[in-house]
Amino acid sequence: MVSLATTFGRGAMTNHWRDLEHADVMFIVGANPAENHPCGFRWALVAREKRGTKIVHVDPRFTRTSAVADYYMPIRAGTDIAMLGFLIKTAIEKNLYHEEYVKHYTSAPLLVKDGFGFKDGYFTGWSASANDYTDKSTWAYQLDSSGYAKQDPTLQDPQSVFQLMKQHYSRYDVDTVSKITGATAEQLQKLADIVLSTGRPDKVGCALYAVGYTHHSKGVQMIRTLAMLQLLLGNVGRPGGGVDAERGHANIQGNTDNAISWELLPGYLRIPLAGQETLADHFSVNVPKKFDPKSINYLSNYPKFLISLLKAWWGNAAQKSNDFAYSYLPKPGAPSSWLDIFNAAYTGKLQGLIMNGMSPANIGPNSNAVIKALGNLKWLVVMDPFETATSQFWKDAPGADPAKVQTEVFLLPTTHWLEKDGAFTNSGRWAQWKDKALGAPGDAKDDAWVFTQLYQRLKAAYQKGGTFSDPILNLTWDYLDPYYPSLTEISKEINGKDLTTGKQLASFALLKDDGTTSSGDWIYCGSFTEDGNQMARRKTTDPTRMGFYPEWAWSWPLNRRVLYNRASADLQGQPWDPTRPGILWNGKQWVGDVPDFPPTSPPSDGIKPFIMLGEGVGRFFSLGLLVDGPFPEHYEPVESPTPNLLHPNVSADPKAVRFPSVQDKFGTPDQFPYVATTYRVTEHEHYVTMNVPYLVEAMPDMFVEIPVELAQEKGIVNGGRVKVRSLRGEIEAVAVVTKRMKPLQVNGKTVYQVGIPIHWGYVGIHKGGMGNTLTNFVGDANARTPAFKAFLVNVEKV
Amino acid sequence: MVTTRRGFIKLGVGAGAGLAAGTSVLGFPTDKVEAATRTLKIAQAREFHSVCPYCAVGCGMIAYVLGDEARNAVPTVVHIEGDPDSPINAGALCPKGATTMQLTVNRRRVLKPLYRAPGAADWKEMSWSEVLDLLAQRIKETRDRTFVTVDSKGNTVNRQEGFAVAGGAAFSNEEGYLMAKLFRALGTVYIEQQARV
Amino acid sequence: MSTPLDPLAIRRISASPSPNPSIRNGNVPAVAKLVDIGLCIGCKACEVACKEWNDLGVEDTYNFGSYQSHKALTPNTWDLMLFNEVEINGGLQWLIRKDSCLHCDEPGCLLACPAPGAIVQYANGIVDFNQDKCIGCQYCLVGCPFDIPKYDPKSQKVYKCTLCVDRVGAGLEPACAKACPTAAIKFGTKDDMLAEGKASVDRLKQRGFVNATLYDPPGVGGTHMMYVVPHGDRLADYQLPTNPTPRRGGLGVLGAWKWAGAGLLWAGTVGLAVHFIRFRGARIDAIKARERELEEQEGRR
Repeated sequence: MVSLATTFGRGAMTNHWRDLEHADVMFIVGANPAENHPCGFRWALVAREKRGTKIVHVDPRFTRTSAVADYYMPIRAGTDIAMLGFLIKTAIEKNLYHEEYVKHYTSAPLLVKDGFGFKDGYFTGWSASANDYTDKSTWAYQLDSSGYAKQDPTLQDPQSVFQLMKQHYSRYDVDTVSKITGATAEQLQKLADIVLSTGRPDKVGCALYAVGYTHHSKGVQMIRTLAMLQLLLGNVGRPGGGVDAERGHANIQGNTDNAISWELLPGYLRIPLAGQETLADHFSVNVPKKFDPKSINYLSNYPKFLISLLKAWWGNAAQKSNDFAYSYLPKPGAPSSWLDIFNAAYTGKLQGLIMNGMSPANIGPNSNAVIKALGNLKWLVVMDPFETATSQFWKDAPGADPAKVQTEVFLLPTTHWLEKDGAFTNSGRWAQWKDKALGAPGDAKDDAWVFTQLYQRLKAAYQKGGTFSDPILNLTWDYLDPYYPSLTEISKEINGKDLTTGKQLASFALLKDDGTTSSGDWIYCGSFTEDGNQMARRKTTDPTRMGFYPEWAWSWPLNRRVLYNRASADLQGQPWDPTRPGILWNGKQWVGDVPDFPPTSPPSDGIKPFIMLGEGVGRFFSLGLLVDGPFPEHYEPVESPTPNLLHPNVSADPKAVRFPSVQDKFGTPDQFPYVATTYRVTEHEHYVTMNVPYLVEAMPDMFVEIPVELAQEKGIVNGGRVKVRSLRGEIEAVAVVTKRMKPLQVNGKTVYQVGIPIHWGYVGIHKGGMGNTLTNFVGDANARTPAFKAFLVNVEKV
Repeated sequence: MVTTRRGFIKLGVGAGAGLAAGTSVLGFPTDKVEAATRTLKIAQAREFHSVCPYCAVGCGMIAYVLGDEARNAVPTVVHIEGDPDSPINAGALCPKGATTMQLTVNRRRVLKPLYRAPGAADWKEMSWSEVLDLLAQRIKETRDRTFVTVDSKGNTVNRQEGFAVAGGAAFSNEEGYLMAKLFRALGTVYIEQQARV
Repeated sequence: MSTPLDPLAIRRISASPSPNPSIRNGNVPAVAKLVDIGLCIGCKACEVACKEWNDLGVEDTYNFGSYQSHKALTPNTWDLMLFNEVEINGGLQWLIRKDSCLHCDEPGCLLACPAPGAIVQYANGIVDFNQDKCIGCQYCLVGCPFDIPKYDPKSQKVYKCTLCVDRVGAGLEPACAKACPTAAIKFGTKDDMLAEGKASVDRLKQRGFVNATLYDPPGVGGTHMMYVVPHGDRLADYQLPTNPTPRRGGLGVLGAWKWAGAGLLWAGTVGLAVHFIRFRGARIDAIKARERELEEQEGRR
């Protein structure tokens, strides 16, 4: 999310599932769509049947995706930036990039300040004593007298982003990258031949990734490298192109949009941080600077969106005179992400925890540490239809002694998706309304009912007194039934209305910063208009035959199906490939998908396609927006079998997030010689499916995938039991000895990789070792996402 | 259990005798001998449109529900399959989607609020009103005790770091929005979702 | 996809004379499933969708070192993904095949069955078992060249895929085909599926699978579930017999004896004697194999 927002402007899958059918090349990395998104993957296979699409899969494991891919390349877990850097280098040096696109739709021509560079593992500005980048002044553009970035349209200036990028990746030659990744030079060349074939107007390729890229100590940079490659090839904004982030759970997209995320407010507005004392302070940090006169810089409307949100939440209590109740918003003083929460619990600083449809005991990382953290809480609430490893930790966790666990635990039975209506937003940003089909069993209740009941009790209590009660007492709760609001009503609040007329708004373009409009989440403005609930639409027509299905459900923003679609057409407004138009200028207006600028603005206006960025173009150079550097660089996982070949003294990402209190000890290759990676299988979804009999039958037991050669060395037999250990703990599992996990040659040494699924635990129809007992408590430098995908283990026969 | 010879003999006798009843003197059927195809189990069902609760592809699904909601006819799902109208999945479902009936109609569901006191060896059933009263007290008490109005640098921060909330990848947008609205209003900084992990 | 007009139009009945030709049967097109292995991702949606639709019992499985859930089909599992890792020309191939009844046009099970009406072949090609009339003798297990029918010791009946005859009769596609995420399972008239299959084989050949083939084995008269097989020269690696025929070999006299046995069964019980004299060996082998399997599972848990 962070990476795509930094590169393109919005942190979301650029295209949508159906759109895969337009691709010539499907570049699948850090993902296993055949197993984890099977029905979305359908369109990849449709594309191949229809147009001979090449499906390429790069992964540490040969999976069910590899089984149907045209080309599979193995790779050592955690080395994808090296692989992608090699592709970037090859595209530039062999002139395989889409030149016109790169010149006009990317930041390649922009000039970077003198002095910017990269040496011995660090970008300019590193301070050894502070162990941080203390001077990021060169991570910036050269500005002209109007404050716009200077440019060299020929891309020849040595300070141009293009030349700096070329120089940065010149080190990623095929031999070095082969030694790092374990893929052979021949395999890498073949990969380049296929993937780089789309760097021309008549071809288009899409890139798909999932948690195989986010779960690294430098996952954000990994995704950014992929996004940069797609910009170089001119694939972003086009049908059949883009960078498709495959979200995991049914509504992980929707509830990221709705800001169940420590750093966000709905619609990707930022939570104000301590020190931003007024709205003006907050805007000065968060309203982006315009670097190009032709950039729309749409986020200059940020104040309208935030003020409309404050109006939605606090109604008449939010007035211009009180800075629209800005002081009601909490202002974190430090990162407060998942890892921070469990670090706080582990160190006894957190009192209570409310978990909703989520089980940290299994998810970890480092499940033993998380279970210990749960035991440090005063109270724990689990809202779920089933018992979870988290709700049962005090009695069922290995070695648990209930008498010694002083945590008070509440298990509140909640309803399922089928027992209530409401919208799910899929990975492709389509918000789809669903029916309520059934009543709740027993005393199970809707989550919204539980929240409302809690709110009413808290409100009553604060009416009698309490600390800073205004935000609670003044919270808008004007629902027809204030004890049980309908989801339709809430949906209308999310969309927003004109407060002077009371009418639902049709577009976020109508939002104002004077307190006369409200909108709970500006990107959903347009989803529930005066014409009704747009998300409930079920029309199956597809006028452009491009698979947009504009009247099936509703997608944000403004029902746009492919983001940045201005980039699907050339400067004259004609599609790069006439057989696959996104939008096109017909002489009078733009037709096709929904453009993200006025539809009558002619191409001669020169509107830039990436409207959310101050540059208006796709970013290769991320300025100071990411903590570990403006260009992605290959760093080893924190636990790695080898030093970093590019800069042995700076092996891991210097900004990877570590927690001394939980565990800042890492395994070394002499004790833990094998690279481990965790994953999901198609038969299960995390832990809830351990309650589904047919799925337990279909994939019954915890297993680990072990290369045939390693099994022979260790006397492990297929189907026998093995013990897997990391510095954090150990588990037992069935050995699946397989040719699909090939030993790799890494820097002259044989490296074995071991695959560890995460679905089992001490609760469920079948019980089994928890994969996350083994994972390390390390976070991505930027997103603070735990690094589940590359760590070290040892394996032995039981 | 496997068939024993005795079992086989018993079966042979029983089957033979049973079959003999409806046959002609020749021992062959005279009228229809067709396999008894099951009646279509969804023939009398009502259809509801839904969206799969598992991954973020967002497959459309149809839930087939039997039962007219009369006092003694509690509706139940008898089958779920893909919605052929959906442009996303065109009627297909993966193994998880295809077994969602078992996810909802499931004997392992928790049916009553459960409470476990510190150090207790087991759960205790509680009514919703009891459990919510208790929980509201915990939330208020924790919030008020840990609330920071002004931080050490003198900034107005109005935040509570005493408790965290997380979850929400499995419920709908409106519930997620309500959760964010409520807990931010309480000053919560620790608010996270499945997206992070 | 055209809908079979009369799902109950019958072509053949076990241990019985063919029904009188019906004027209605003339318009019943043969149907078929086409399983395109080149599109199959081994997700098991078909496997569990089959269980869900048919309300089949849950079985306690265990991981025996594979992604495969059961070692073979069972009375409660009529559709099973088989997983095989093989190296072909130095490259690894994970061959995954949906195993379930092929609905032979010359069904070995039906030809072997001594129980009148226990196995029925519809005019559209579907071969279905009628458990009400099954006597549990398991001749069908022996007659089938694909090891499909499975005997359930509890109910003492044999079970297998019905090709969702209930759904097909209502104009719906079989549950497995409906669920299949990648449309690797197609359903329609046999003619259409043959054409689709051939087109898919051509596409595979263009992609370099020079031995791709359509599996519609003539020895059983062709099948109403066909496979597109990318590595058509490696059928054994997919656990597919090369040239299957209804198994009459060891049961050479079955035809004659079956009729005698069937007549006797109708009258009562004497058929048992015949059974034991003639076919005990084959039947006992089949039972023993299942017994071993159950014991093994028992031992695991």
